[in-house]
Amino acid sequence: MSTVVELKDVHKRFGSNAVLKGVSFSIAKGQVTAIIGRSGSGKSTALRCMDRLEVIDSGSINVCGHALHDPQIDLRVLRQDVGIVFQSYNLFPHLTVEENIMLAPTVVKKMRRADAHAIAMRTLTQVGLADKAKSYPEQLSGGQQQRVAIARSLAMEPKVMLFDEVTSALDPQLTGEVLRVIEKLAADGMTMVLVTHEMEFASKVADTIIFMHEGRVWETGTGDMLRHPQTEELQAFLAGGL
Amino acid sequence: MTYQFDFATVLAQWPQFLEGAWLTIQLSFPATIIGFICGTLLAIGRRSGTGLIARACGFYVEIIRNTPLLVQIFLVFFGLATLGWKVSAFSAALLALVINVAAYSCEIMRAGMDSIHKGQVEAAECLGLTKAQAYWHVILRPAMENVYPALTSQFVLLMLASSVTSQISVEELTAVAAHVQADTFRPFEAYIVVAVAYLALSLLMRLGLWAFGQLIFTRRRRLKTAG
Amino acid sequence: MINSGFTLDHWLFLLQGAIWTIALSLIAFVGGGLAGGVVALARVSPVRAIRWIALGYVQIVQGTPLLVLLFLSYFGLSIFGFSLPGIAAASISMIIYVSAYLGEIWRGCIESVAKTQWEAAECLALTRTQRLRYVILPQAVRIATPSTVGFMVQIVKNTSLASIVGFVELVRAGQLINNSIFQPFLVYVLIAVLYFAMCYPLSVWSRKLEHRLHFATRQPADA
Repeated sequence: MSTVVELKDVHKRFGSNAVLKGVSFSIAKGQVTAIIGRSGSGKSTALRCMDRLEVIDSGSINVCGHALHDPQIDLRVLRQDVGIVFQSYNLFPHLTVEENIMLAPTVVKKMRRADAHAIAMRTLTQVGLADKAKSYPEQLSGGQQQRVAIARSLAMEPKVMLFDEVTSALDPQLTGEVLRVIEKLAADGMTMVLVTHEMEFASKVADTIIFMHEGRVWETGTGDMLRHPQTEELQAFLAGGL
Repeated sequence: MTYQFDFATVLAQWPQFLEGAWLTIQLSFPATIIGFICGTLLAIGRRSGTGLIARACGFYVEIIRNTPLLVQIFLVFFGLATLGWKVSAFSAALLALVINVAAYSCEIMRAGMDSIHKGQVEAAECLGLTKAQAYWHVILRPAMENVYPALTSQFVLLMLASSVTSQISVEELTAVAAHVQADTFRPFEAYIVVAVAYLALSLLMRLGLWAFGQLIFTRRRRLKTAG
Repeated sequence: MINSGFTLDHWLFLLQGAIWTIALSLIAFVGGGLAGGVVALARVSPVRAIRWIALGYVQIVQGTPLLVLLFLSYFGLSIFGFSLPGIAAASISMIIYVSAYLGEIWRGCIESVAKTQWEAAECLALTRTQRLRYVILPQAVRIATPSTVGFMVQIVKNTSLASIVGFVELVRAGQLINNSIFQPFLVYVLIAVLYFAMCYPLSVWSRKLEHRLHFATRQPADA
């Protein structure tokens, strides 16, 4: 199994605040990895570093063969290999759902509109929203918007998908539809990294779970880890919630 | 055709420019203060429901905001003359500027006051404050603090707009330029000097208003130092 | 009081002046708008030198009275021997004035588009130009419409200064009428009425747009 993502001793600080204090882990192709931890543990930062939304101070990150710590890196090629879905969906409000999805393929990959449209309909069907193609984001519920955001990233055919707490902003009854889509993607073999608070989902879907605490990888394991935590901190985290 | 710039003869008139600048300040400063107070009263009137006062204030503000200052100055000037009141050009100009800035201050203060949540007033009254006390402490003072940047901009605009009073022979900075260019035959240089003077004045005014804001809005100052 | 000396011909002359007011306003808006777009984009440029030059330009123009800008254009043009100083000076000074103010308004609107929109577009591998063109500017334009319409009111009012350099727009037309009938108060009241008729509809429209914009940006319903 080839390694798709590799972090080695990554350090990152914001001002005087050290957020990542030597993070190392690797992710193999086709694997689903969930990163859990308290707010402030650095999990979202670690994820954002993987798409170069944050620049690390030291250490190295390799994603799909791109060295992110290299200042000469071509971000556009990286962003075509990596797809990211945000907590607040960030759909483009002035475009319809299908236009949202077609934008990047037409503008970046210079695809013909007909081809881009076909891809848009395919990904919308994948997330179960083919009938909403001509709606505007504001006409959709939060769960639907998030699924469109997933479709938008999928349309670029990334090698890795990153999910940054994608259900945290949703009403509880809407998280289910989004989680089902993610589960299906995992079953289809997509390499995924999920930062999430959904413990049950993580233990069901993830091949590997990483528990981060105070900027470091504290424990790594499978779903079993959540039932039998090794460290005090993980025990405290699971007991006390977030 | 090459034009020889000659700033020396123009700059030699610096006492006149200084006097003109001083008159600009003498015009803008009182107009700002009086205009702001009137504007606040107008805003209170505007928010007083749907009665005659509210609508009258509304009309006043709309008329002022949809007609040019130049026309307002002429109307005040000739209006006062028609009524038989002999006032100096300076007084007429001051009155016109106050009338003008009151309308704009009214809208700014109104927005500030509207942004205060009704619950705050309720809470204050439930704590025993009178309606007037609640109005001052919970609405007016926070509103002033919130819209202070907008007010500052408006006052600087007023100072710049005072240049128009030169048209009724108020001897402020722009009028001085006209005199200097008549004497030196260097209109371009004269107006450049005046432009720089206005820039300096607006900078000083912004600085002064900012410092004043820091002084009276202690909450902002304290929050900044809270780390 | 209304009929002494003020005839229908005078009224038509005033209306003609009003038409020239509108013409100058349009010149100022279109010219100033184009220049203002350049200023706004320069203000958000990733190149620091460009940002600073644009900032300097805006600060200087916004710190100078329009009347002074007008005189500078007027006398500047005379130096270079141009034959139409009145309308040309008025047009140039208004275009410069409008470009600085609209540029700042539009910069504010560009910056008010949420940073997350930039991020989302960036993560879809769009270049900076593509991000501006397809994602940011369309949203900025929507946000900018109410204040741009509101600023049109300022433009119309400020054309009144062109009277000072002899351009026969509404105020100058009134002053010419007044030179023959000596009824300044009446004439200026009529001038004010005409300005109000031109500006008030724009003010109302601007408020309506503002209202609609705020309703449109409410949070979506969770179905």
